[in-house]
Amino acid sequence: MIQAERQVDTRPPQGHIEVEDFALSYETIEGSVEAVSNTHIHVKPGEFVSIVGPSGCGKSTLLNAVAGFLKPTSGTVTVDGEAVNGPSAERGMVFQQYSLFPWKTVRENVEFGLKMRGMPRAQRERAARTLLGLAGLEAFEKHYPERLSGGMKQRVGIVRALATGPKVLLLDEPFGALDAQTRVIMQQILTNLWQRLKISVLFVTHDIDEAIFLSDRVYCMTARPGSIKAEIPIPLERPRQQSMMMSSEFLGLKRGLMSLIREESLKAMGGEITDLGMQGLNIDLHGHSLAEIL
Amino acid sequence: MLRQEEPAVSPADAVVKEEPAAPVAQPRRSFASLAARWYRLNKDCLRAVAIGALSLFAFLVLWHLLTTYRVVFFVRFTNVPAPLEVYASFTKAIHDPKFLMHIVLSCRRILIGFSLAAVVGVPLGLVMGRFKLIHEIIFPVAEVLRPIPAIAWVPMAIMLWPTNEQSIVFITFLGSFFPILVNTLHGMSLVDPVLVRAAQCLGARESSIFREVYFPASLPHIFTGLTVGMGVAWVSLIAAEMISGQYGIGYFTWEAYSLVQYADIALGMIAIGVLGLGSSLLIRGIGQLVMPWRMK
Repeated sequence: MIQAERQVDTRPPQGHIEVEDFALSYETIEGSVEAVSNTHIHVKPGEFVSIVGPSGCGKSTLLNAVAGFLKPTSGTVTVDGEAVNGPSAERGMVFQQYSLFPWKTVRENVEFGLKMRGMPRAQRERAARTLLGLAGLEAFEKHYPERLSGGMKQRVGIVRALATGPKVLLLDEPFGALDAQTRVIMQQILTNLWQRLKISVLFVTHDIDEAIFLSDRVYCMTARPGSIKAEIPIPLERPRQQSMMMSSEFLGLKRGLMSLIREESLKAMGGEITDLGMQGLNIDLHGHSLAEIL
Repeated sequence: MLRQEEPAVSPADAVVKEEPAAPVAQPRRSFASLAARWYRLNKDCLRAVAIGALSLFAFLVLWHLLTTYRVVFFVRFTNVPAPLEVYASFTKAIHDPKFLMHIVLSCRRILIGFSLAAVVGVPLGLVMGRFKLIHEIIFPVAEVLRPIPAIAWVPMAIMLWPTNEQSIVFITFLGSFFPILVNTLHGMSLVDPVLVRAAQCLGARESSIFREVYFPASLPHIFTGLTVGMGVAWVSLIAAEMISGQYGIGYFTWEAYSLVQYADIALGMIAIGVLGLGSSLLIRGIGQLVMPWRMK
């Protein structure tokens, strides 16, 4: 009761994602194939959580189910206790392919969610300008997306997803198509926005550095059918600096996660390749090139 | 809206300077250097115009020579009018209200037939692309009717419609309808599903997605359909006018043949060519106005 009274001024914590007993399979001519099985994850309000795993492990499937694009075969997906039933503006999504509307200017893209909500034009224009300013894009508001660089496109994508004030932000390998330098800058921008907006984030990536650098917690998934192999808290202090990526704490976390994922990747590639891969790993070249030895 | 009142991070923190850079301030230039610069930037375009003009001129010269010397070499140029004769009949025709009426009537038929085709074809294509049941019902019928050339509809059109005018407009409509429908459908099938999902995540409902995503995404293909449809509309119109018309530029051309007015045959043909070209350019221009994001 006292707690509740104390919270009168602030907003009640929002954006609690809960995925329980989740399984998702799809039908093929040979029978049903299980993409994700027996998965539990949760994201606390305001938490930044990443999912990493070998390719094809179903991490994007899981994210798409939280977004409401896919229905679980069994289990539940809830946000703040309400079952997810189709996509909605409460769960903003950022896609790897940017997915900006090419026929809308940068500002019109950002305005889209507000327009769908029926906000009057003048008001949503002002809101979009403020948001674009946050991402350093106010000078490009009248540009069409085609003329922007990849990093700028994805900034618009993030700002567009945030414009409607969603409870959670879902990102599906958002920086996967960017070059390394731009990616680092984008990570910084995302962190800034997240800290400012105190929004829950669920972030799918295959980049281990990225997952550790950004997250409070990282889920590591197994090879198909995907399930949670490990849950790793990231105790690095915030605000995080680029230099932390060289710290022994960071490298220790990275080593742990890498070995977890390598195990799963090899499993996913099948037995024969596993043997070959292991042999390859054991070869001591003694300074010779591989061709010379073979 | 956003909880952006909290001044946790100053906006400047999030600002990162990135390409594309604003154009560097240019020093003032003299007229001559500006002209030289303009020439450098537009060299390819000027070249194309110059070669194009030369090529047209060469065509006229060849035509003149072939007709002046009445060349017979497999093809007979004995009765073909010379360019100057055609020009003479052109100067006479532009003062002739009857010739102008032929042109106005043809343009009116195109306008009505083509507009009807666009007004029916585009929405039908959009709806067929979006709703599977409608596609399944209409597509087989469309596929059976589509290969029938509009000219083959002439006898049927005469039976169907009470007046000649209506049947000619109907033929024009049919000619442009199928290219418009098929291209709109094609555009709908190529809409990126990720854009649809992005719109759904931003709270868009079915009708908004249709208006804000499917329609603009299909516009480039719709305009391809309109351009092709306009071409076929002229083909169909001229054929229909030649067979069943009493007026129109197609009828004018055919009548010229019957009356042994050979210069008028070429004049009619050239008029058809110019009108077809003009209407295609018109469609392209409208397309650029409607799709500013496609401007280079």
